[in-house]
Amino acid sequence: MKLVGALIVGVVVAAAIAGPWLVPFDPAAQELALRLEGPSWLHWLGLDELGRDILARVLTGARVSLLVGLVVVSVSASIGAALGAIAGYYGGVIDEVVSRVMDVLLAFPGLLLAIAVVAVLGPSLANVVLALALIGWVGYARVVRAQVLQAREFEYVAAARAIGADTPRILIRHILPAAFPALSVQATLGMGGAILSEAALSFLGLGVQPPTPSWGAMINYGRAHVLDAPHLTVFPGLAIAAVVLGLNLLGDSLRARFDLND
Amino acid sequence: MLRYLARRLLLTIPVLLGVATLVFALIHFIPGDPARAILGDVASEADIAQLRQQLGLDRPLAVQYVAFLGGLVRADLGTSLRTGSPVTNQIVERLPATFELALAAMVVALTLAIPLGIAAAVWQGTAVDHTAMTLSLAGVSMPNFWLGPLLAIVFGVELGWLPVSGRGGLEHLVLPAISLGAALAAVLARMTRATLVDQLRQPYVLAARARGLSRTRAVLLHAFPNSLIPIVTLAGLQIGAVLTGAVITETIFAWPGIGRLLVQSIGFRDYPMVQGCILLISVTYVGVNLIVDLLYGVLDPRIRYR
Repeated sequence: MKLVGALIVGVVVAAAIAGPWLVPFDPAAQELALRLEGPSWLHWLGLDELGRDILARVLTGARVSLLVGLVVVSVSASIGAALGAIAGYYGGVIDEVVSRVMDVLLAFPGLLLAIAVVAVLGPSLANVVLALALIGWVGYARVVRAQVLQAREFEYVAAARAIGADTPRILIRHILPAAFPALSVQATLGMGGAILSEAALSFLGLGVQPPTPSWGAMINYGRAHVLDAPHLTVFPGLAIAAVVLGLNLLGDSLRARFDLND
Repeated sequence: MLRYLARRLLLTIPVLLGVATLVFALIHFIPGDPARAILGDVASEADIAQLRQQLGLDRPLAVQYVAFLGGLVRADLGTSLRTGSPVTNQIVERLPATFELALAAMVVALTLAIPLGIAAAVWQGTAVDHTAMTLSLAGVSMPNFWLGPLLAIVFGVELGWLPVSGRGGLEHLVLPAISLGAALAAVLARMTRATLVDQLRQPYVLAARARGLSRTRAVLLHAFPNSLIPIVTLAGLQIGAVLTGAVITETIFAWPGIGRLLVQSIGFRDYPMVQGCILLISVTYVGVNLIVDLLYGVLDPRIRYR
């Protein structure tokens, strides 16, 4: 399963990088005479409502999705790991404050807060990343906090403290590595989640704005043509499902490898 | 039990206050002047001043905050900028549709997930298990805003069996409920498998088998009831995903619920309505979590004494 997951993710990453060399069409170039045309030898996935090559747009959309996934996971994991480690290690008032902020953010179901934030800040790629990171860090903070609470009681941490290691060194060198397995599982699954969320926001018109291709927005525009040109909806959706499935398989295998609970 | 109930209720108050504060702050996150952002650049200064007054933005922040909280206590969420009618009334009108959809999605999810999870656990490590778990992973990975249009193409357009938009009889509910319930089913199937596998390893199952019970009876009458608590708990906790998913599903199937109202209000920059919808969905989520927690305490007395 790990191999299948890695293979899917690897193919998507390679296709996203090599996109412009794989397809001889500009994702923004329009052939209005051929609009809504189905898959053919020339245009493998067909053309959209403005006569743009869907394969070229799916590949460019892959870059957007992977970029959002990577940035959201990096920012969320950095903030979450730092706050979770500090809260777990120091405890007391700091832990109380961080935990209550987490409680409030967790009280908003799933994407809702991201929808709200993008609704007020305005739809753009940067605001999508900001909104997803704003809710995303909580998951990492919880994981790291729980691991740190455990690890700080270990004897090797007491030994490090006894030989005079300062707090940042204890946290970075001795405690955080213990949280790495859980963190890597969370990051892999979180990347799939971030890609799905970006696509959902773009589907609602709150994410990446035209003419930049985004899988979610492509599905949204394709909805108007489900009767006459279902390929507009089918292919971007397949791309999302494939990459998220790949990341989920990878995350699951990592979880099993590190023997972590579901 | 009463002490447990009181403690859980007390713990919910700061969370609700935090949610209300964040929802209040939303309108202040709008870059620049919120009134100008809502009305656009072509609006006159007089109109902008009037809207500022209507939204209470001309008052000091602390006064606005206290007035907002006071309004919440009276179930007054302000006035819609688009329709001019109270936000609360419009939300209350839409509530039954969203609850109906959420409930139907939950029924779909449990109906699909439990047999799949049981099969995967009983035939653990076999092709049945791998197929069931791959299916459930695919379900989790499939966006509902893709599944929805696909279901509409097949069952609404090609086969003509079911309507693809609006709310009416049971037939209107089928496609939105499947679209919303599929991902939830996937999560629940995995949970069912995990808890049942754990229960099947317990000595009481072996004892039941030793007493001569068939494998099916040992699984269905002994192990499965014991794995129901975490499954039901998770199903309750997944209501958050259902409520968020409803925002998208209602948009796809033109289902007249709160999710659709939220998306429409965002389009019209009707921020009091956006605030109202977000607040109501979040408070519902907190409420359901509380009920699930309390039920958990009832079902498993060990929880209460921690």
